[in-house]
Amino acid sequence: MTGWRLLPYGQSAVLVELATSSDVLPARDALVALGHPAVLAVVPAARTVLVEFDPDAVAEVDLQSLIQRCLSNPDRSATAAGPEPAVELGVRYDGADLESVAQQCGLPVPEVIRRHCAAEYTVQFCGFAPGFGYLSGLDPALRLPRLASPRPAVPAGSVAIAGEFTGVYPRSSPGGWLLLGSTDATLFDLDRRPPALLRPGTAVRLRQA
Amino acid sequence: MIRADRALEVLAPGPLATVQDLGRLGYTDLGVSRSGAADRGALRLANRLVGNSEAAAGIEITLGGLVVRLSGAATVAFTGARCQLTGHRGGWNSALSCPAGSVLSLGPPSSGLRSYLAVRGGLAVEPVLGSRSTDTLSGLGPAVLAAGRRLPIGAVAPGQPGDVDGAVDALGAGCELPAGTARLRLAPGPRADWFEPGSLGRLFDSPWQLRPDSNRIGTRLAGPALRLRPGTERAAAELPSEPTLPGALQVPPDGQPIVLGPDAPVTGGYPVVGVLPGADLGLLAQLRPGARLRFVSVPIDPRSATAARPR
Repeated sequence: MTGWRLLPYGQSAVLVELATSSDVLPARDALVALGHPAVLAVVPAARTVLVEFDPDAVAEVDLQSLIQRCLSNPDRSATAAGPEPAVELGVRYDGADLESVAQQCGLPVPEVIRRHCAAEYTVQFCGFAPGFGYLSGLDPALRLPRLASPRPAVPAGSVAIAGEFTGVYPRSSPGGWLLLGSTDATLFDLDRRPPALLRPGTAVRLRQA
Repeated sequence: MIRADRALEVLAPGPLATVQDLGRLGYTDLGVSRSGAADRGALRLANRLVGNSEAAAGIEITLGGLVVRLSGAATVAFTGARCQLTGHRGGWNSALSCPAGSVLSLGPPSSGLRSYLAVRGGLAVEPVLGSRSTDTLSGLGPAVLAAGRRLPIGAVAPGQPGDVDGAVDALGAGCELPAGTARLRLAPGPRADWFEPGSLGRLFDSPWQLRPDSNRIGTRLAGPALRLRPGTERAAAELPSEPTLPGALQVPPDGQPIVLGPDAPVTGGYPVVGVLPGADLGLLAQLRPGARLRFVSVPIDPRSATAARPR
């Protein structure tokens, strides 16, 4: 890990801010591997990892030194279990914003599709809704800001982009991401263990359906 | 054993009533909110009064108005915001033994916002990801309660405490709201240093008022706009999503802060200026729209593991 700092988050959590987004998952893995009984949850996001702890079980100052030591010497064996198999999603490129994205990027539509499919993605974190994975690895030429005014309803299965991420809406919801296409994959299923198809660390490939 | 086919039937839900336990923990990294009772202390007390585990599911009642019928004999307790109770001569914060067919009806609360109903045996609706809580944001868990809904009452587990009829809250721990302006503690958040010193001063010196669009996702406050220091606006505008916790005070560009509630998304893109200790979230959950509150600055005392012990 190239660098980090610890930020306060009230009296029962510490926010670890990483120097780069590619350090987030290694930091999360190392902190989970600690297996410390006072650590209640380790939650990754775009550039930060939240460590929730039980203030009755560990003093914050001790937890901070623990985190510092852990990030300085991450337990390599923790990730030696091997990566999970990659998830492949078939995507129909029929999204409402496909033409507009092509225009804004100065690329023909087929080239937008080619670049969107060619990238190797990793789920960096989940948020916004159950099973909504933020996939890092988007082609830099496709990075655009989200819509100025979000749509009141985005259909379930919509494949979309915003900033440095691509993602799939697990169910119909309001949303401000740019819609490139759609998939039939079930992103979140309560009868599946775990219920989310895309989890932090999952590798994802997209294929034009 | 008590028959497992007893049920509590909702005749009227009032403005908003949901099933809640202590929350859906362990799935935040899949984007699943924590949910659970907004005033956890009040739900815990209700459960203790009827001899349940503190984590059993009960009903969170918003602004009273709930009417329920018990299909079989059951012991129940009401806690939290105190309402006029019809259908039983007993009162608040005590175990009430109710015969089959009892109809219990609540008026509006005299003070406070959220009341809790626990029933001995707990509400045995189907758990979702380990919790029976309704998540009003994502829709996980049981639907928001509507008239006609039948909620099964769980069997009393072997080893659960026996007769609890007439148990009362001898410690007086039932929530009594302070008159006037509520005082809530606020510890530093990760982006406190992005705000101009004057704004940080106003955060603690000014009274804040609860906005009517507050709900289980967030408590929205009105007061002097909190402004960013020159030079940090760009960082704030480009802040990528950060993990959040209930109690986090996030500040959108309009400068009017929002305290994240139990159903808030697990990540958010607005800077967090401070975080309420878990022990103060119950009091916040009892403040109505229009109520006034002040924040009291508390440090993060790294040496004291008990600075903000949740009660």
